[in-house]
Amino acid sequence: MLETSSTFPGPGAAATPAGSLYTGVGVVPGRVLGTVRQMPGAVQEPPAGGGIPAGETLESSTRRIKEAAQAVQAQLGARAATASGEAKEILSATALMATDPMLLKSAVKLLSAGTEGGARSAERAIWEAGAGVAETLRSLGGYMAERVADILDVRARIVCELRGEPAPGIPYSELPFILIAVDLAPADTAMLDPQKVIALVTSSGGPQSHTAILARALGLPAVVAAPGVHRIPEGQEIYVDGAAGTVVAEPGEDQRRAAEAWALSATTLAAFSGRNTMADGVHVPLLANVGTAADAVQAAASGAEGVGLLRTEFCFLNRDAEPTVAEQVEAYGGVFEAFPGKKVVVRTLDAGADKPLPFLTNLDEPNPALGVRGYRTHIGSPGVLERQLQAIASAAALHSAEVWVMAPMVSTAEEAALFASLCAAAGLATPGIMVEVPSAALMASTVLREVDFASIGTNDLTQYAMAADRQLGPLAALNDPWQPAVLRLAKLTVDGAAAAGTAAGTAKSVGICGEAAADPALAVVLVGLGISTLSMSARALGPVAAVLGSVTMGQARELAAAALAAPSAAAAREAVRAALPTLAELGL
Amino acid sequence: MSERIATVASRSGLHARPAAIFTEAAQNTGVEVTIGRKGEPEEDAMDAASILSLMALGAAQGEVLVLRAEGVGAEEALDTLAKVIETDHDAA
Repeated sequence: MLETSSTFPGPGAAATPAGSLYTGVGVVPGRVLGTVRQMPGAVQEPPAGGGIPAGETLESSTRRIKEAAQAVQAQLGARAATASGEAKEILSATALMATDPMLLKSAVKLLSAGTEGGARSAERAIWEAGAGVAETLRSLGGYMAERVADILDVRARIVCELRGEPAPGIPYSELPFILIAVDLAPADTAMLDPQKVIALVTSSGGPQSHTAILARALGLPAVVAAPGVHRIPEGQEIYVDGAAGTVVAEPGEDQRRAAEAWALSATTLAAFSGRNTMADGVHVPLLANVGTAADAVQAAASGAEGVGLLRTEFCFLNRDAEPTVAEQVEAYGGVFEAFPGKKVVVRTLDAGADKPLPFLTNLDEPNPALGVRGYRTHIGSPGVLERQLQAIASAAALHSAEVWVMAPMVSTAEEAALFASLCAAAGLATPGIMVEVPSAALMASTVLREVDFASIGTNDLTQYAMAADRQLGPLAALNDPWQPAVLRLAKLTVDGAAAAGTAAGTAKSVGICGEAAADPALAVVLVGLGISTLSMSARALGPVAAVLGSVTMGQARELAAAALAAPSAAAAREAVRAALPTLAELGL
Repeated sequence: MSERIATVASRSGLHARPAAIFTEAAQNTGVEVTIGRKGEPEEDAMDAASILSLMALGAAQGEVLVLRAEGVGAEEALDTLAKVIETDHDAA
């Protein structure tokens, strides 16, 4: 990652010199201009034991707390006034919490010298009062316990108000802006308003970070792992190129023209006909990755030829107990309904690592990415998978979608065989596995004898092949699906599937459902390697179809061979991109 | 000490939006009003201006509540707040 500004200003400098360039990893193409809003860092806990600071009195501290609380109530109330639906209700209730007598009385009490631990500063008092209220809510359980996050958010806002710092969380702005952060947490991403944020840039985080995944889902141009960007001043105009992975502060005429051209071509790219064919007429179905029935409806409207990955976690996350079979039947049925007569590949519960579930996974594992996750949770908690398969079969019986089922994190032929037998017992005809663990790719000719298909999850396959944590910004270059080692594992899987298919006398297909399929250049390579279907965020369908349509299968095979033979990820990418002029024309 | 008896009319009970409407009204009266279930001891009653207290009370539709206040403006405040409880805020 290079930072090419020799005159880079220190913190607090007024502006970045014209043309300053920051380089990171582009994760979603798009060229946009916009104003910077920096994501504030986490609120620091006010120090304990300081007493009321010099120059302050009990009365002035009390007044400061009340004024800060009222200011926070007014800010949240103003946001509630412009919001609608559920967001409006949540914001109105949170606004009232800021001035809640339960919170403020307890804070004021903590200012007095007579309380246990002595007098506290206004900041410390509201901090401890918030913690106390949160504890009370937690002990009440149920709906009240769910409000703990709200009260802690209000507390952080009041502390920031007292300190004169910007409020935590995604900045609020009337006008659209480009959000710059160190990295975004899943909770932040839920608060992000795609109407307001036009691009995402992070100084840390890798191409598989939550920020990157969110950007792909929303189709927001994004650059991650670009060191130094968190020092770009608030309000500065910048240019983001999500294909090149670059950010330019104080953009010039060239960038302005590029952004205008992108705005025009983006409308053509948004369209996908619903049948993806290469230049020589070869049909390579483009499927969608979805999590909910709402996603599925949107994916179908975007022309997706089916679902290549239904993430069933949505039905399980944020719950402390397993959902009932009836609830699951309804949730899966909603997705099947959106794709009548089309293929829908259901991935069974993939809990663990970055998706913990209290009733299935152990939070104390020292190394969760290598722990009991995915299919492996079946060992410690048998029953959950059987009930899920039963629910999938029941939902499939109610709809015409062609339902395939696959298990995540399968490592051996024994696991594949056991999963296939569970599917057969549930009456599910087409069992498959995800290839994420390198052992499954290396042993594909054996493992795939047990099942009907494989789907390569490139995000995890890359992290395991390169031994590089997906979430770590400094490892972003390793965590690149263009790594020739990852491409060779994909090739081994395709070859293994062909051998297993010959042995069994029926073809075994291999698809891709990782984010790699959403990279139009890499999609060409994967198809050239023999991958038969590609599944991606619905937003990526148009760009991938546009580029695949510009090459023949023969050309794709040549490019795949070039990528496999490349000495590095960068060399592989460069060689393939140079042979695909459509990419530059479309700004991809 | 004056009292008013009121029955919760909102379908979702005194939760979420109805609770926010009630709390805002209670804060606007400027009078200290307490709220509790009918038949429960007066000292267990909670601050009507606290959304957290109201959520903790968790009064459902049809439950009978007691509002209490004293001093200047108490009667008017109690009338206003009793009316808020007896309105169905979930009706469209």
